[in-house]
Amino acid sequence: MLENLLINNEEAAAIILFGIGFTMLLFQRNLIKKLIGMNIMDTGVFLFLASMGYIEGRKAPIVVDGITSTEAYINPVPAGLVLTGIVVSVSVTAIMLSLSIRLYKRYHTLELDEIYVLSKHQTEDR
Amino acid sequence: MEIIKNIPLFTIVLSLFSGVLCFMLKGKAAKRYTVCYEGVLIILVSLVLYYTLRTRSSFTYVMGEFPAPWGNEIRAGVLEALIALAFLIIMFSSVIGGYRFILTDMDESKVNLYYTLVNLMTAALMALVWTNDIFTGYVFLEILTLTSCGILIVREIGRTTLAAVRYMILNLLGSGLFLLGVVLLYDLTGHLLMVPMQQTITELARDPKIVPVLTMAIGIITIGLCIKSGLFPFHFWMPDTYGWASPTSAAILSSLVSKAYIFLLIKIYYRVVGSWVMQAMPIRDILFVLGIGGIIIGSVQAMHANNLNRMVAFSSAAQVGYIFMGLGLGGHYGYTAAIFHILAHAVTKSMLFLTTPRLAAVSDESLLFSNLQGSGLRDRHAGIFFTVGALSMIGIPVFAGFSSKIQFGIAAISTHSDWRMIIVMLALAVSSMLNALYFIRFIIRIYTQKDENDRTVPMGRKSVPSYLVSMGLLTAGNLMLGLFSGVIVNLIRQGLGMFG
Repeated sequence: MLENLLINNEEAAAIILFGIGFTMLLFQRNLIKKLIGMNIMDTGVFLFLASMGYIEGRKAPIVVDGITSTEAYINPVPAGLVLTGIVVSVSVTAIMLSLSIRLYKRYHTLELDEIYVLSKHQTEDR
Repeated sequence: MEIIKNIPLFTIVLSLFSGVLCFMLKGKAAKRYTVCYEGVLIILVSLVLYYTLRTRSSFTYVMGEFPAPWGNEIRAGVLEALIALAFLIIMFSSVIGGYRFILTDMDESKVNLYYTLVNLMTAALMALVWTNDIFTGYVFLEILTLTSCGILIVREIGRTTLAAVRYMILNLLGSGLFLLGVVLLYDLTGHLLMVPMQQTITELARDPKIVPVLTMAIGIITIGLCIKSGLFPFHFWMPDTYGWASPTSAAILSSLVSKAYIFLLIKIYYRVVGSWVMQAMPIRDILFVLGIGGIIIGSVQAMHANNLNRMVAFSSAAQVGYIFMGLGLGGHYGYTAAIFHILAHAVTKSMLFLTTPRLAAVSDESLLFSNLQGSGLRDRHAGIFFTVGALSMIGIPVFAGFSSKIQFGIAAISTHSDWRMIIVMLALAVSSMLNALYFIRFIIRIYTQKDENDRTVPMGRKSVPSYLVSMGLLTAGNLMLGLFSGVIVNLIRQGLGMFG
C-alpha cells in the first residue's frame, strides 16, 4: 500500500491537493480563502493530468531530426486538457472575485457568516 | 439530406455567434434578434428530429475529419433531438414571456447583456445535449455554470449576490468533482470520446481489481452532477437561488440548467459506462434512496414555506428527486420515466416561475402568502396559468405531471423487485398528497377575497401578447405531454434504443 503511494507520489500529491482545496472551498468562511481553495483544487487535477501524461525520457511531440516513431514522444492530449482547464479555472476565478467585490462593497466584509447576519436585517425582504 | 447532419454543430455555433452579436445590439433589438434566432433553431432542430425518425438511426458528425478514437464528435439521435427541441421551446417561451420582468430588474440600456448571456447559455445547453466527447462536456458545463451565475446577478441587490455566491460555490465543488472523475476515467481508458471509452470500460470491468476504481470514478462524476442539479441532500441552495433570482432567470435555471446536468449524467451512464457495467455498481441504489429522500424532504419543506417562490423552489427539489428515482430504478423503463419527467417538469416549472411575479405585482410586490390572498382575482391571467402549472405539479389527469407519475409506476413494476415497487408507490402516493396539500391550499388562497368588504375589482392588468403566447406555448406543451404521452414515450424509447 505504502509502496504504491511512493511509486505514484505525484498522483498521491495531486489527490491530497485536491482534498485540501475541496475542504477549503467547502468549510472556509472567508470568501477569498474559499477562492484560494478552489484554485488549489483545480491545480491538484492539473498536476494529476500532467504527471499522468508525462513519460520519462520522451520528448514533446514535435518532430525533430526526422524521428517519427511514437516511442520517442509523449501524448500531447493531457497537456491540451491542462491548458483548457487552466482557462476555465481563470475565468471562474475572475467571476467569483467580481462577485466578492460586489459583496464587499455592500456589506464591507468578506466573512460569509457576518454577511448572512447582515443580509437578514435588510429591508429589501419581500 | 447530408446538410441536416451539419445542423447540430450549427446550432452551437449560431448561438455562440448570437451571444457576441447581442453584445453589440441595443436592448430591444437584442430581444427581437434572440426571439427570431431561437425560432430558427427550433425549426432546424425539428428537422433533425424528423430526419433521425425517418432514418431510424443516429448520426455522428466528425469535426475536423479526424475519425474516432481521435478528434471530436457530435452525435444526434431521436432522444438528443427531442431534448434539444424541448429545451429550445422552453428557452423561447421564457425569453418572450419574461421580457417585462427583466426590465424591472435591469436598465433597458443593459438588457442586451442579458440576452448575450442567454444566447451563450443556449450554446452550452445545445453542446451538452449533442456532444459525444466527455471533455467537451466539461468545458460547456463550466460555461453553463458561468452564464447561469450571470443571469442570476442581474438583479443587483445584496441577497441575490449572496445567493449567487452560494450557488457558485456549490457549483464549483460539483465541477471540480466532475473534472476529477473525467480525468480518472481518461487515465483508465485513454479515451475522451464516449464510444471508444465504453469499449475500454467494458473490457476493464472484467477485471475485479479494476471495478472499485471504475466505481469510484463514476461515483465522483455522479456526486458532482448531483450537487449541480440539486439532488437531496444538496438541494439547500435552491430556495435562495430561485427565490431571489429575477423570475425569468429562475424559470431558466430550474427548468433548463439543472435538467441539462441530469441529461449529461444519463448520457454518461448510457454511453460511457453502459448498462452492463452499471449493474455491477451500487450507484443506482444510492441514487434511488437519495431520490426518494429528495421527494419526501422537498415536499415537506415546501409545505413549511411561507413565501411563494420558496415553496415552488422546494417543490423543484422534490421533482429532481423524482428524476433521480427514475435513474435509480434503472432499466429502459426507469430511464424513460426519468426523461419524460425532465420534459414534464421543465414545461411546468418555467410556467410557475413566470406567473409568480405577476401575482406578486398585484399584491404590493410581496411573495408572502398572507399578502397574496385574492391575487388570482386581481390578475386573472396569471391566476389561471398558475393553476394550470400547479395542477400539473400535483398530477391531475390531462396534465403532464399525471403521465410522468404513471411512467414511474410502470418503471417500478417492471423492475420485478417487490421492495422497490412498494417504496416507489408509497413515495408517489405520499408526495402527490403533500403536493396537493400545499398547492391546492395556495390555489384556494389566491381565489379567496381578503374580506367581504374588500371588493377588489380586477385591476385591469393587461397581459402583453408576447406573455400570452409564451404561456400558451407552455400550456400547450403541458397538455401535449399529458394527453399524448404515448407518442412522447415512444419517441423516448426509440431514442434510448439508439442512444447507447
